[in-house]
Amino acid sequence: MSETMAEALPEEVTPVLTTRATGRAEVPQDSSRFYLAHEHHPENGTLLGFWIYLMSDCLVFACLFAMYAVLGHSYAGGPTGAELFDLPLAAVNTSLLLLSSITYGFAMLEMQRGRLPGTLIWLVITGAFGAGFIGIELHEFAHLIHEGAGPQRSAFLSSFFTLVGTHGLHVTFGLVWLATLVVQLGRRGLVAANRRRLMCLSMFWHFLDVVWIGVFTFVYLMGVLP
Amino acid sequence: MSESAAGVHAEGSHGSLKGYLTGFGLSVLLTAIPFWLVMGKVFERPGATAAVLLAFAVVQILVHMVYFLHMNAKSEGGWTLLALLFTLVLVVIALSGSLWVMYHLNENMMPSMPDMRNMP
Repeated sequence: MSETMAEALPEEVTPVLTTRATGRAEVPQDSSRFYLAHEHHPENGTLLGFWIYLMSDCLVFACLFAMYAVLGHSYAGGPTGAELFDLPLAAVNTSLLLLSSITYGFAMLEMQRGRLPGTLIWLVITGAFGAGFIGIELHEFAHLIHEGAGPQRSAFLSSFFTLVGTHGLHVTFGLVWLATLVVQLGRRGLVAANRRRLMCLSMFWHFLDVVWIGVFTFVYLMGVLP
Repeated sequence: MSESAAGVHAEGSHGSLKGYLTGFGLSVLLTAIPFWLVMGKVFERPGATAAVLLAFAVVQILVHMVYFLHMNAKSEGGWTLLALLFTLVLVVIALSGSLWVMYHLNENMMPSMPDMRNMP
């Protein structure tokens, strides 16, 4: 992609630039000269575009982390992180997500070898770990709300539920996507479109694990420090 | 089917079993040590623990980027790395800026309630 971009761009772009630079009096005869004659689509355009999406998602999480950093100690006389967080449960959750990352990696390796059954099995295992993660998180949330430490209790809890809940929603939608892909693979097999989708979901899934590193470090572990 | 043609170019940047296992092993270590540091109360000072935790998180994020997301300077002609660096600049600005501004705002909002009542 890099070579083709580097060669193609200067020839196609310079005429447009010179036309703009030399004068506005010059009315273009043919308006199409202002557009690239044939748009350049890199071969892996989808993956790059999906990466750009992930980067924008990264900014969403950065804002939520900033919010938590600002409000994380505004307890409003309510419970603190040290009183609420159950570290062994967070450790189990972290290991589930980590395991789901490696099993997704195995699914990708099976996909590369063109083995459909192996891909499906590892995807289902990944989905099970992801579902376990969501289950534990929902259990934790229900427990907190039951104890009166719901999102409306304090600014700390509002930001906690927003940050961790947004991550949980991402994982939930990742699970929906994963289930869809399992059905797609079952119907169509490892065709090019499905391989591309699997690679996008792979990036999404590993990205969520990266965000979770920030969550368990910054929210759970640093939250219980005295 | 264009399956084979698409499959060949799309898999250039994808990992090997060894890469995934290395990444997984490193992540397990880099996750277990921070949990042990906090749950075992290894350090006396919380500040020291926090600094070590953040260092471990940064290293683990890098490990995930390299071994699981297959980041390198060559993938997509360097555009993914460029987008990542740009995002990191924005993240640093958003985080440090928010903390800086809001910390000073908090400092200036501190008068306690009795003082407020005595105000004209």
